[in-house]
Amino acid sequence: MLNHAEASEKFIADAERTTWHDETLWFVRSKRDKVSKLLPEWEALREQASSIKDHTLANLGQYLEEFEAKAQKNGIIVHWAKDAQEHNEIVHSIISKHGGKALVKSKSMLTEECHLNEFLTKKGVEVVDTDLGERIVQFRNEVPSHIVLPAIHLKKEDVGETFHEFLGTPKGNKDPQFLTEAARQHLRGYFLGANVAITGVNFAVAETGEFVVCTNEGNADMGAHLAKVHIACMGIEKMIPKRKDLGVFLRLLARSATGQLITTYSSHFAKPREGQEMHIVLVDNGRTRQLARDEFRNSLKCIRCAACFNTCPVYRRSGGHSYHQPVAGPIGSILAPNFDKSANVDLPFASTLCGSCSNVCPVKINIHEQLWFWRQDLMKEGLAPIGKSLSMKGMAFVFSNPTIFRMAGYMGRLVMRFAPFIVNNSFNPWFKQREMPDAPKESFQSWYKNRK
Amino acid sequence: MRVALFVPCYVDQFYPQVAIATLELLEKLGIEVHVPSNQTCCGQPMANSGFASSTEGCDTNFSKNFDGFDYIVGPSGSCILHLKEHHPSEKIRKSVFEICEFLVDVLKVKSLSANFPHKIGLHQSCHGQRGLHLSSMTELNEKPFSKLASLLDLVKGVEYVYPERADECCGFGGTFCVTEEAVSVRMGQDRVESHLKNGIEFIVGGDTSCLMHMEGILKRQGSKVQVKHIVEILNHA
Repeated sequence: MLNHAEASEKFIADAERTTWHDETLWFVRSKRDKVSKLLPEWEALREQASSIKDHTLANLGQYLEEFEAKAQKNGIIVHWAKDAQEHNEIVHSIISKHGGKALVKSKSMLTEECHLNEFLTKKGVEVVDTDLGERIVQFRNEVPSHIVLPAIHLKKEDVGETFHEFLGTPKGNKDPQFLTEAARQHLRGYFLGANVAITGVNFAVAETGEFVVCTNEGNADMGAHLAKVHIACMGIEKMIPKRKDLGVFLRLLARSATGQLITTYSSHFAKPREGQEMHIVLVDNGRTRQLARDEFRNSLKCIRCAACFNTCPVYRRSGGHSYHQPVAGPIGSILAPNFDKSANVDLPFASTLCGSCSNVCPVKINIHEQLWFWRQDLMKEGLAPIGKSLSMKGMAFVFSNPTIFRMAGYMGRLVMRFAPFIVNNSFNPWFKQREMPDAPKESFQSWYKNRK
Repeated sequence: MRVALFVPCYVDQFYPQVAIATLELLEKLGIEVHVPSNQTCCGQPMANSGFASSTEGCDTNFSKNFDGFDYIVGPSGSCILHLKEHHPSEKIRKSVFEICEFLVDVLKVKSLSANFPHKIGLHQSCHGQRGLHLSSMTELNEKPFSKLASLLDLVKGVEYVYPERADECCGFGGTFCVTEEAVSVRMGQDRVESHLKNGIEFIVGGDTSCLMHMEGILKRQGSKVQVKHIVEILNHA
């Protein structure tokens, strides 16, 4: 597996596509800026959303139990899964019980996190992602590169080719409307045939035992309304205390995500319709571990709007796949080390710590500070490459000793002035695409000494 | 008021003119400036690389040099932010000031004798802007302001413009500039390009590290456009 820097280098090698990717996502960020500035209470809304989530996380056990009781009273069957494996097994057992061979799925990053598709496919169940972007990447055997815009790394030409291969659309046709219609017709059959529908959950309301799914395409609704069995999968951090809290979150979510005032559909699922079976799977999968870490707890406030992706100057130029995780971008970089420190040691370093992510976050997660904290945590665990540990030790030594610092600086400048080839070569990553600064004859301190 | 000049390590070694301009500017404003001679580094390069646990010697050396001062002023938003957030001594954390912040908030400078008849692109470095709040940020719903711009308004002849995407990061990012070389350079190239679109002669900012990165790219492109630290403009006769 390539690390973030290596994968980014490959992505950036296609300069034109990088420009397009960057500009497309910047356009989304600009739309977010525009609508957020139309609300004088925007910053207060963020503050309120943040407080509600802080409060909920501090009392998560209590709200989860309240939610479970209310949901059960409404006739929903509630399951608890401690990890991805358990989640997948629960979902599979429900499907088996109903003899399902194919299921439709919409709007669930959690099932990506749990690698549900892979699990079910191995068990002989056909999983059909119904959201257009997800379906496109599923055809291509890829993972989403963005949590809201899963196929944003692809251009319409790419989609045209994929659809030509999998749906038999005419070769060379890249008309978005035509291609969307082709996907629609293709999916229609699955919607009508599937007896199980899986959806994600944006918010679960403890007070009422209902859950809310926010979408633009309406596939979650179509799936859930047609199928005999509806399984909703959610991470336990999706909880909010009261229905009225939605007034805060629904205003923030779409504005932050795409610059829309609200998602096209904000569907409340409170109880199964007659003859339907409704399940909800509450998944921990490392969330309680994160909850116990003071520095990283509030990453669980995330409502998956992806505003931090769109604003991130690194993400826009490296593409989602460079993060090698289901959730990419800045938020992914602070969530991923919780799953596997060693496999994701590169991610907290895939940032300049510019801080833009924390500023756009609708629930005020201090993302860039957590990136910094993860760096400390991972290096303390001994996950630094040996060269890095050594150079850090060297640096720490030089900066602790003024005399050595002066000498090293003097020698360094001497080398750069009289033997520049020692630094200006292919072993120096700075020099590859940038000139080194001019080395002055004198440091400031030596100038200052002679000044008096 | 006892004021000390903090000169970041790489400014000391590679951009002495920035430290000289800071010193001269403060002296012009009637401040007696002390320059502790055994200062080295703020510790940020280690801390941002995940080795904050190795900065003890560096922190101790900083304290030894700067303990007795009311104000510790430096021409680098990034180093100052690091000290403000992470230096173990509360006294130090409270006494460090970025130069523009010091001029605007402490000295409340209302006039300067500077003259710089050129068109410049103002680069807002992230740590100064988002970390020290030297100016408003485009992500937030807040009233626009800029301490850097308010100082440039006191300089005769200068015309400053912002690039498109006024506060996008230049991609320097400390060790990021070499560990994530491809992204870093691409970010820098994009930033430089949007500055150049404005027909400017200089890119000016408050952090020499960002400027060094963009300078490296400009020079590789053979551009005549130069970089300057804002104090070099404020001190320009």
